[in-house]
Amino acid sequence: MLESETLVVLIALPLFSSGFLLLAGRKADKWGHLFATAIAGSTFLLAMIEMFAMVGREEANRALYQKVFTWISVGSFNVDAALLLDQLSICFVLLITGVGTLIHIYSISYMSHDPDRRRFFAYLNLFIAAMLLLVLGDSYLNLYVGWEGVGLASYLLIGFWNKKPEYATAAKKAFVVNRIGDLGLSIAIMVAFAVFGTVTFKGIEEQANSASQGAMVAIGFALLLAAVGKSAQFPLQSWLGDAMAGPTPVSALIHAATMVTAGVYLIVRSNFVFDNAPIAQFAVVIVGAITLLFGAIIGMAKDDIKKALAASTMSQIGYMILAAGLGPIGYAFAIMHLLTHGFFKAGMFLGAGSVMHGMSDEVNMRRYGGLARYMPITTITFGFGYLAIIGVPPFAGFYSKDKIIEAAFNLGGAKGIVFGSITLLGAVITAFYMTRLFMMTFLGKKRWSEGQRPHESPFLIWAPMVILSLGSIGSGFLLYSGKRLEYWLKPVVDKGGHKHEEFISHATVTTMALTAVLIGVAIAIAKYRKDIPIEAPEKVSIFTRAARKDLMQDQINETLFMRPGLAITSTLVKTDEKVIDGLVRGVAQVSLGSAKGLRRIQSGYIRNYALLILIGAAALIAAIWVVTL
Amino acid sequence: MSLITVLGLLPLLGVLALVFLKKDDALGVKRLAFATSIIVALLGIWIATKFDRAESEFQFVEVREWIPTFGINYSVGIDGISLLLILLSVILVPIVILAGWNESEGGRWSTKTFYMLILILETMMIGVFAATDVFLFYVFFEAMLIPVYFLIGGYGSGERIQAAVKFLLYSLFGGLLMLASIIGLYVIAGNQIGRTFDISSLATLQIDSLTENFLFLGFFIAFAIKAPLWPLHTWLPDAAKSATPGTSVLLLGVLDKVGTFGMMRYCLELFPNASKTFTPMIITLALISIIYGAFLAIGQKDINRLIAFTSISHFGFITMGIFAMTTQGHTGAVLYMVNHGFSTAALFLVAGWMIHRRGSSTISEFGGLQRVTPVMAWSFFIAGLSGLALPGLSSFVSEFLVLVGTFTRYPVAAIIGTLGIILAALYILIPVQKALHGPTTAGNENLKDLNLREKISIAPVIVAIVALGFYPKPALDVINPVSERVITKAGFSDPAPTLGK
Amino acid sequence: MDISYYLYLSAALFVIGAVGVVIRRNAIVIFMCIELMLNASNLAFVTFARIHGNLEGQMVAFFTMVVAACEVVVGLAIIVMIYRSRRSASVDDASLLRR
Repeated sequence: MLESETLVVLIALPLFSSGFLLLAGRKADKWGHLFATAIAGSTFLLAMIEMFAMVGREEANRALYQKVFTWISVGSFNVDAALLLDQLSICFVLLITGVGTLIHIYSISYMSHDPDRRRFFAYLNLFIAAMLLLVLGDSYLNLYVGWEGVGLASYLLIGFWNKKPEYATAAKKAFVVNRIGDLGLSIAIMVAFAVFGTVTFKGIEEQANSASQGAMVAIGFALLLAAVGKSAQFPLQSWLGDAMAGPTPVSALIHAATMVTAGVYLIVRSNFVFDNAPIAQFAVVIVGAITLLFGAIIGMAKDDIKKALAASTMSQIGYMILAAGLGPIGYAFAIMHLLTHGFFKAGMFLGAGSVMHGMSDEVNMRRYGGLARYMPITTITFGFGYLAIIGVPPFAGFYSKDKIIEAAFNLGGAKGIVFGSITLLGAVITAFYMTRLFMMTFLGKKRWSEGQRPHESPFLIWAPMVILSLGSIGSGFLLYSGKRLEYWLKPVVDKGGHKHEEFISHATVTTMALTAVLIGVAIAIAKYRKDIPIEAPEKVSIFTRAARKDLMQDQINETLFMRPGLAITSTLVKTDEKVIDGLVRGVAQVSLGSAKGLRRIQSGYIRNYALLILIGAAALIAAIWVVTL
Repeated sequence: MSLITVLGLLPLLGVLALVFLKKDDALGVKRLAFATSIIVALLGIWIATKFDRAESEFQFVEVREWIPTFGINYSVGIDGISLLLILLSVILVPIVILAGWNESEGGRWSTKTFYMLILILETMMIGVFAATDVFLFYVFFEAMLIPVYFLIGGYGSGERIQAAVKFLLYSLFGGLLMLASIIGLYVIAGNQIGRTFDISSLATLQIDSLTENFLFLGFFIAFAIKAPLWPLHTWLPDAAKSATPGTSVLLLGVLDKVGTFGMMRYCLELFPNASKTFTPMIITLALISIIYGAFLAIGQKDINRLIAFTSISHFGFITMGIFAMTTQGHTGAVLYMVNHGFSTAALFLVAGWMIHRRGSSTISEFGGLQRVTPVMAWSFFIAGLSGLALPGLSSFVSEFLVLVGTFTRYPVAAIIGTLGIILAALYILIPVQKALHGPTTAGNENLKDLNLREKISIAPVIVAIVALGFYPKPALDVINPVSERVITKAGFSDPAPTLGK
Repeated sequence: MDISYYLYLSAALFVIGAVGVVIRRNAIVIFMCIELMLNASNLAFVTFARIHGNLEGQMVAFFTMVVAACEVVVGLAIIVMIYRSRRSASVDDASLLRR
């Protein structure tokens, strides 16, 4: 591994910029956003330089390592603040800084009317720094810092318009649910330290083969819990829909392209854990499968364009998690789908933002319709993203999703058929809800009110969308052709060079997948060709109603956790006041009472005192007498 | 004369100088008190630079005969743990004076008395951490109550007298038990090695296990009241609600640390066997404190009481770290004491300013402060984030060390303890949402943001929170040798990793 | 004659004195009862001195007499003062310490 001196700059730049902008105050309002964008852009440049340097090096020397300083050192617990840039992390670094920069540019215009634009950009920079730390940390503890850092940035950005109490609540909810996942990460770190005596990826990987099955399964499940929390997977997915309260660029960057995919990164990075813990690995597949259907079903029923996209994100990450759970055959495809998804989903979110921009912040798709005429650029860029996500060749999603479906079938046996079918079913539903979304928004008759003046967004908004749409077109082929990404990632995720059997031919999978897409699109067209009511119909199946309410996830959480939690809290508060403090006050009462009783003896009459003295003396003599007897 | 003695005497000199000032010269009194505390802080920092980090035994030792008949000495000295806690005290005092520049007004007595009490308290705090003679420690331990009693009862708000009496009685009760144990120790020492109160001599005594258990409990209960451990905690919320912000900072930030410090220095070193016997019970109590304190904090409507309950939860972590008997747990616990001192100080000071401006301490009375008073809101937010142990801020390092250290010996306890981090998110973010976010509540539109004096006083605390989170190494280097010494003396060694190389 | 009779007499006198102190209200009478108790103990001392054949008991008896004399001086003075100010020598009227 090569030593580097400059890796830390990647993180330090946005971090200091963020702190600087927050401290600078109103004076920096005029140029703060430009400064932050320049910083984001320069991190992207740095990342590109690192990328080219890495490609230029031999495979064995590609990874870079930098120890910044000794962070914690107590007894045998030694954690350096150290960074590791290898083939896996460079993918993320490019995605984060690239999409990040585009979204900075987009936000300059999108947030131009907000008085707190400088603060917004400071948060964005903070997010970039934390996310880079997450993917660059060389140990689980460093990753944890970034992990919670992005959580904080996400909290700040979701609650950016916290004047509305619901938005503030959404931010809090996201943070708290994420913390449940963080619990998993801390447990994983503790177990890892107890078993391996180290928490670095390298140290654990070296000993992973000799560890007991129990320990590996424990770490695996704990890491899965962490991934589930961060990546909005079942059963901790409920926060993602609410997180759409944040400004749309935030949804694009954090809640679509980068942060929510951190769980996938964690699982792929921990391949040495999961490959040695088949039970945990299988649990990963199950979680991914459930979520991909869960998200897709919710996506079918949502009328809020951002929430529909959020449900779709959840579902697509389900695909990635599923792929990551397939083991060495799936890691590369999980990452490939993650990268392509980063492009097309961010692009579509920005498109949604552009639509909202032109429609005075209306988010209900039932009030859109026929926008293609008014917003040509948005429609085209969004359309590319749409074609990419449903998996139409040659757009990006086609390659990445196809490979995941194929890998799922290649699990073999009943498992292969079950999970393969689920991914196919997911593809049908994806095609359905995305077509529905596209038709409701851009096609058909206009359904907006008279006051609306839909118009195309300014250059700074559509330029990033165009660039991202280029990514949705080309990135899939680029990564797929010649198994480029597979070979690139092999040294990190597939050291053993696993051989896997093929149970199903590539051509069959492609045919099935395309058929699935066709079915989904056909149903959607048949259903949404007709006029769409402005108000959501009330007479719908229980199924739809449940899907509109996120399949009752909030209600379940409320009855299972929130209500009992509140009950415990209020009971404990009462217990503390009444019982524990009551006992203490009881002691005080008893001593006061006995003091009152004893006071009566002090009558003030001499004969009483004399009598007491006499009795005392008599008792004393009696006592002595008894003792000496 | 040892520098520690000088450090301890300096505040008293300040008190002496204050005596000569006129009662109504409030400004002069404040300036003099502040100047004194700054000098003390500078001397404290200078001592820290002279401190030998690699050394695990006491430094800056001074021993003088005090009451030779009973073998009582004035003996002081500091190791890494005492150094950090003394530093914490001497740094917090000037901050408290500056932050609460006007909080002595409206008290029952004059401003002059207030500052004399604060400075006397500072001497006591230095003394209690530096004492190496058990009797001297006891004297400081009890004498500390007096200034705090008057500070709460004379300058607090609401039911201040009741709160002060409750605090005093609780502490006296614990102190009495400790005194009994000290006398017991003295008698045993008299039979075995001669009359002495010297801690390192007492640590060599051979005590039969029943007696040791009782003596241990005497010390432990006193310390468990000080560092409020469930179920001996009910004095703390009342005291925190009624005391002035500055007093709360000193009370929770420094005084309560005497409890956990005592567990470390006295319980573990004097009674290693009894400590082992009671460890399961104490870990259980600590866990209950963590979870219970967190739930109670979530349920509080008063901001000061909320902070007090979060502290109970944090003290649970500290106690758990101490009795986990691993170097990580131990070092984490000591660092936690320091970090908790800073983050609680920030929370109480900012909460105090908020209450002063709004005229109410009910959380729901605030709202939307982030837009009205951004600097104040941010200070509260950062302190809160440190309270919920966000990585990158100081509490994280210590909390994680405690958890890791506990896990290697008591995995189940550590996992239950981690539940505390979820609850922490709730008990911090709920008040943050209610007070800082949302629409601005009527009557809050014209609240003033922090003025320069307040900004200057909160800045060092926030810097400390961030700096210790990013680079805790200087503190850890000082603590490590001591915790290794204590763990080894108590007859423990770190569990080796199952797969260690 | 058996010397223990002196002791019985002393005990009887002491009890009479004690009962007097407890049941009477007039300060003078209480005072005299105290004197009676002191003298009862004097008698016991002297008797014991006789029994043991040494002089310590007699010495204490003299000592007691001196103390009793002093007490009379102070006590009578107080009683007279109280009587002058309150026109009563009842001790119940002088239960001032209670209030």
